[in-house]
Amino acid sequence: MRPVKIRVEAVSKVFGRDPKGALAKVEAGMDKARLLGETDHVLGLHGISLEIGTGETFVIMGLSGSGKSTLIRHFNRLIEPTGGRILFDGEDILGYDETRLRAFRRRKVAMVFQRFALLPHRTVIENVMYGLVLDGMAKAQAQKRAEAQISLVGLSGFEASYPAQLSGGMQQRVGLARALATDAEVLLMDEAFSALDPLIRHDMQMQLKELQARLSKTIVFITHDLDEALLLGDHIAILKDGTLRQVGTGADILRAPADDYVARFVRDVNRARILLCGAFADAGLVSEPGAPEIAAEATLEAAFAAFATGAESVVVRGADGQIAGALTPHKVMEALARV
Amino acid sequence: MTSGFPEIWDTRTFGRALDRAFNGIVAEWGETLEMIFMPVLRFITGLERGLQFLPWWVVVLAFCLATWAAARRWQPVVAVALLLVLLGLLGIWDEAMATVALMLAATILSVLIGMPLGIAMAQSDGLRRGMLPVLDIMQTLPIFVYLIPFVMLFGPGKIPALLATIVFAIPPVIRLTDLGIRQVDPEIVEASRAFGASPRQQLWTVQVPLAMPTIMAGVNQTTMMALSMVVIASMIGAGGLGYQVLQGIQRLEVSRGLIAGLGIVLLAIIFDRIAQSYGRRVQANLHRDGK
Repeated sequence: MRPVKIRVEAVSKVFGRDPKGALAKVEAGMDKARLLGETDHVLGLHGISLEIGTGETFVIMGLSGSGKSTLIRHFNRLIEPTGGRILFDGEDILGYDETRLRAFRRRKVAMVFQRFALLPHRTVIENVMYGLVLDGMAKAQAQKRAEAQISLVGLSGFEASYPAQLSGGMQQRVGLARALATDAEVLLMDEAFSALDPLIRHDMQMQLKELQARLSKTIVFITHDLDEALLLGDHIAILKDGTLRQVGTGADILRAPADDYVARFVRDVNRARILLCGAFADAGLVSEPGAPEIAAEATLEAAFAAFATGAESVVVRGADGQIAGALTPHKVMEALARV
Repeated sequence: MTSGFPEIWDTRTFGRALDRAFNGIVAEWGETLEMIFMPVLRFITGLERGLQFLPWWVVVLAFCLATWAAARRWQPVVAVALLLVLLGLLGIWDEAMATVALMLAATILSVLIGMPLGIAMAQSDGLRRGMLPVLDIMQTLPIFVYLIPFVMLFGPGKIPALLATIVFAIPPVIRLTDLGIRQVDPEIVEASRAFGASPRQQLWTVQVPLAMPTIMAGVNQTTMMALSMVVIASMIGAGGLGYQVLQGIQRLEVSRGLIAGLGIVLLAIIFDRIAQSYGRRVQANLHRDGK
């Protein structure tokens, strides 16, 4: 298990005139609908506890109104919780005063926004430098760092352009470069790719994966798109009506949905692309000599090609080099069948 | 016995008390107030003298430079130059410069007072609730109601004219600064907070620049309203084009009034050109599309 970067302990958020009082009513058993009807308070989040490991991509997913955007804004205190604690490297960030909080936002966490939120009156490089300049870095140095980030996201040559001159995908890469420029340990990405069209979105997802392989930041990624969650997330948290329904790896959630809601959610997913061969390899099965080999961390879909050429079974080899077992078409079908 | 509204309380006594109180203030504080506003008076007179003392072509050049700085296009520069020359040809150059001095001083002071007030209003809903009715009153109260007390306080001259002009002309810049800042995309403001901007950095890097087109619309309106006040202000000794209009009326010289009136219109066009082309340029900066 990786060391914990962000620990969220029983965080709740109520919007309204008297959030504390309303939260007490919720603790006493009042539900969300009655709270809204009788006291005109909105329960945004209730009793959220989770741990985000250093260097992982943690996806928080849910539909609109589930509270996911509210939750991510707690991690840099753009929104203050009504109850609970948020620990960053073991330190309670709710105890920070204004100055500490600003330093924390400038150096430790950076954010990427759904609608990019670039400064329209500033050029690409000025946008990327923004966080550094706020922190008081000398202009020449900030410029140098910004240039490096711009080339990292593949926008060299556009330094002097204005955001409105760029396409959506390019604007979001500026947003990403701006977040990377401060060298923050944690990236908060709030539906960062949701406003992009599908092909561009896929490119951006791939670019993020590639960057993440190089930089190993801790990424908190919000999305309403399950495919995106499964593609990017080392762990996925599913949120509904402000409560946490399940936390686990993509494969965990597909294999054992915690409740009906999660099960309905994952029903239409292409399981062959998510489930891994290693999880279904049968150690007792001995495959015929000359059977093709496949890595344990390959998806089931990758095994299709071997079966298509007429193989009776494939040998699954684990990351440690040992043979983990074998897979037959029958086994694969079993794994894919929705129970 | 009339059938009017019954007299429930003694308004005359109240009125007299009010008058006495005000007269007391005039007697007690009149000179002090005059002293306080001395630097402002020097500023206006200096501006007026300067504009009148400089050769006309230097003034035209200065206006052209200001227009260029605001617009970065040559069309408005040419228009402003031509209009100024026309003003000279009408034979009302000196009067026009006196009016420009008063109007510029009023506009500058209005912006210096109005912008911070508008910014404060945008940050605080309470202040906004309190200020809006005050601004409504300032815009609807007949000018003479406060013009006369100003004259009583300062004596006829440029200071009461300036103050009355400011009271009349300041509401748009306050209102539109408040509106412009409130209309800035909240996501961009949030982004600046997320990157650790202090409230001041947030104001100067995001809110004011993005509100600039709206603020400039307010400044433009303030300029126009200040200009429209000069005729009335001339009644209390502000001089300038307004005084010519007034004299035209008093002596039944239609030509004098007409020419001076035309001069005011020309000034209005000149300042409107400058302010609008600046506003348009700022706006274009915010929404640039592909070259």
